[in-house]
Amino acid sequence: MEGALPPHYARLTHRKTGMRYLPLTPDDRAQMLGVIGAPDIDALFADVPAAARKRDLFDLPRRAGELEVERELGQLAAMNRPAGAGPFFCGAGAYRHHVPASVDHIIQRSEFLTSYTPYQPEIAQGTLQVLFEFQTQVAALTGLEVANASMYDGSTACAEAVMMSQRVTRREKAILSGGLHPHYAAVTQTIAHAEGMEIVRQAAAIDAEVAVIAAIDAETACVVVQTPNVFGVVTDVTRIAEAAHAAGALLIVVTTEAVSFGMLKSPGEMGADIAVAEGQSIGNALNYGGPYVGLFAAREKLVRQMPGRLCGETVDAEGRRGYVLTLSTREQHIRREKATSNICTNSGLCALAFTIHLSLLGEVGLRQMAALSHSRARELKAALDGAVEILTPRFFNEIAVRVPDAAAAVEALLADGVVAGVPYSRLDPHAGLDDVLLLACTETTTSEDIAALSAALKRRLGR
Amino acid sequence: MSTTMNKVGRPTTPNATGAPAEGHASLTGGRGLLQDEPLLFELGGWDKTGVDFDAPEHDAADLGDLVRATPIGLAGLSEPETLRHYVRLSQKNHAIDLALYPLGSCTMKHNPRLNEKMARLPGFADLHPLQPISTTQGALELMDRLAHWLKTLTGMPAVALTPKAGAHGELCGLLCIRAAHEAAGHGHRRRVLVPTSAHGTNPATAAFVGYSVQEIAQTADGRVDLADLKAKLGPDVACIMVTNPNTCGLFERDVIEIARLTHEAGAYFYADGANFNAIVGRVRPGDLGVDAMHINLHKTFSTPHGGGGPGAGPVVLSEALAPFAPAPWLVHGPDGLALVEEAVGDAAHAFGRMCAFQGQMGMFVRAYAYMRSHGSDGLRQVAEDAVLNANYIKAVLSAEMTPAFPEGPCMHEALFDDAWLEGTGVTTLDFAKAMIDEGFHPMTMYFPLVVHGAMLIEPTETESKRELDRFCDALLALARAAKVGDVGRFKDAPYLAPLRRLDETLAARKPKLTWRPEHEAPLAAE
Repeated sequence: MEGALPPHYARLTHRKTGMRYLPLTPDDRAQMLGVIGAPDIDALFADVPAAARKRDLFDLPRRAGELEVERELGQLAAMNRPAGAGPFFCGAGAYRHHVPASVDHIIQRSEFLTSYTPYQPEIAQGTLQVLFEFQTQVAALTGLEVANASMYDGSTACAEAVMMSQRVTRREKAILSGGLHPHYAAVTQTIAHAEGMEIVRQAAAIDAEVAVIAAIDAETACVVVQTPNVFGVVTDVTRIAEAAHAAGALLIVVTTEAVSFGMLKSPGEMGADIAVAEGQSIGNALNYGGPYVGLFAAREKLVRQMPGRLCGETVDAEGRRGYVLTLSTREQHIRREKATSNICTNSGLCALAFTIHLSLLGEVGLRQMAALSHSRARELKAALDGAVEILTPRFFNEIAVRVPDAAAAVEALLADGVVAGVPYSRLDPHAGLDDVLLLACTETTTSEDIAALSAALKRRLGR
Repeated sequence: MSTTMNKVGRPTTPNATGAPAEGHASLTGGRGLLQDEPLLFELGGWDKTGVDFDAPEHDAADLGDLVRATPIGLAGLSEPETLRHYVRLSQKNHAIDLALYPLGSCTMKHNPRLNEKMARLPGFADLHPLQPISTTQGALELMDRLAHWLKTLTGMPAVALTPKAGAHGELCGLLCIRAAHEAAGHGHRRRVLVPTSAHGTNPATAAFVGYSVQEIAQTADGRVDLADLKAKLGPDVACIMVTNPNTCGLFERDVIEIARLTHEAGAYFYADGANFNAIVGRVRPGDLGVDAMHINLHKTFSTPHGGGGPGAGPVVLSEALAPFAPAPWLVHGPDGLALVEEAVGDAAHAFGRMCAFQGQMGMFVRAYAYMRSHGSDGLRQVAEDAVLNANYIKAVLSAEMTPAFPEGPCMHEALFDDAWLEGTGVTTLDFAKAMIDEGFHPMTMYFPLVVHGAMLIEPTETESKRELDRFCDALLALARAAKVGDVGRFKDAPYLAPLRRLDETLAARKPKLTWRPEHEAPLAAE
């Protein structure tokens, strides 16, 4: 700059600057009002009834710079104990796996982060091809033919699956196994019951799966079974599938730890008609419960009854391969009150993170991650054997153990720097299982973590 | 010393022939930086991976035949290949960071990166939803502050934070309404009144909870027809669902009367808060007589749309509906904040649970950072600039296009019909696709259903005047082209996008939803 500073320069530097996300200057605003032919901004709000016009600013703080906001949120974040701060064994539907740095880098690219639902496929092939890859991965993991472009989370996917079984079978009753995650059961009860279904929720029990067979009857639309279940028990559901199919019902298999697909027989192999899962543990952080990504897969013949967005392959006007949202005649924006679901969104960015992480893992990597998680849980079991009763007979990466007043034990072990898992009573306070503690391991769990938990738990129990 | 100099590295100049680019095709099918990109499954290998793990110490013998004996069918890539693949794909997307994204009713505004940084602080991102409450007091405090802002901005006494998207919030609101009616012995109230201009999610949600849906007529000036509403209200009506500002971009002038009539008939007023951006900081829905309203944090409060989610749809509730809010909810106790996970005792009215855990925490952090950044003064300015920008577009584009409701101001979005295209041979769809060639994402088309060939333009407050002018200039130029008969520009558009128009009919007729190997090459078993 040459010569003297402009005369208003000093005034500008001593004034609180304009709101950084709002590009219009006072001059712009005046000019634009002129083009519109409005005397002032209030004239544009003339349709608001006078009684509802707020003249004063609301009783909330004024605008704040980045620095100030970072300070406040940094202080709030510092009041929490991150899972990575020390030995940590919480699972029960959310798992701390290691996510490669490149996953978060890619999902923060503007073209993925700041794009909308791919309603204009010509300029959304990035999002659409990712969704097609996501659907293919989910179908492969679950052993089923078709998958949708994701749901809000595993629990809402479970509720949607139950409602889908009503559309397919035209029956009203759903039987939920006692091994189903209590939050999933509660969401399903809330939502499917709202739609008019009868929900039979069996009593919580460690090895509850086979008990659903006796409850299946001619009115049953579906049975919902979780494996590994909320107590960590792995079950071969083939017999349950046979019993359900013999009665004309569908089998819905729920999985809350998607990494288990890297080791265990898939729901499809065991006869599931619909598989739903929480996909968080691949690609996504714990985020205190959300956003997560629900996986939803089904037999091909059921595709037109599926909820949620579907991405399909097609060609463009020049015959080149491309992808579009498809079968949207099931959806609310076309069918309105006759839609298969009111869903208007998926969990796009979380699905992208899932797909990128799974591309990095590949067949080999997912199997290794699953094997490591399982191996750590075996190590944990061996370390606790004899000191506490191990309740889970067959497990993937999570075991239930008997600890008197598990909630108090978890609180007490914080003093040893150990977050000792999830007391079952946190999920379901009225199940009478206050002495059940759920402990999960992943590849992030170290032998030192296990030794610390084992020592602290034994000290508390005097063993 | 040689007399001929090495010219490598010298500045280049355009060549002599100056051949036109039109019609030029590359030998490999790519177009400069825009590469054709195969599917992951065509690129990757079953034995390829981009992660390194130690070998596990224990095997899976303890699981016997529960272990998978067949290949999964996944494909892997190394890290550099992964980056290439997804970065190439990303370049085929339009995004708000590239240009104005004028989707009416979708509120595509700037996504501040500070919010991304805050959401990734380990104290928020690396928190397990079920770890001891004593170790998450900061997270609960943030939720409490967010709730305070939402309640203050809407003038409502309660908020349910857990719904995961707008439609999920609608469901939550309607379940509250149903529970309240049932608790009062009014379970027979099962009819819902919805204006014809409503979002599709409104009737879908009402049907979902077992209600029948009846449409309310619209007046010639784009508002709810009060006489029709009066005629249809009755002792079996559970609620009305009204978007305000409505999907024509207009404020419902009679909203207070609508609320009064609704309450007089014993029904509740559900407001679709998708368009809250137009009035935030200036009008409180609580002052309008609203009983429940969802707030799309991904619209008004700028959490990223991420190619279709995740959203977040907290629902503010009136005194009458608050007791029926779903679990879990926040309480202040002797040891700080706590979560009530199940309705017992006084709280037994809660209708149930919307999702596992406590909602979209990652979105709560972003939305709260957004609100704190703007403050009460900035949020008011948000509404004013959003409305100013929309009215500016309406004024400028009216030179060539026909606004659906020319009289009076619009709110945050400008609605045009297709009367101005009559006789040109160009449809709303054609016009929208031609916008792609000019570098803009099309506006919302054919919605709301009440306007013929609707084009709904929402610029949001985060557009500069320069960008608005660029956008308007492009649309005016296209409009003039349509009117002078340059139909070819429209009929086959887009020409310049990564792909030409796609065959959606083929996709629906023969659904191909997953990739399958052409000749099922078996993967090597382990």
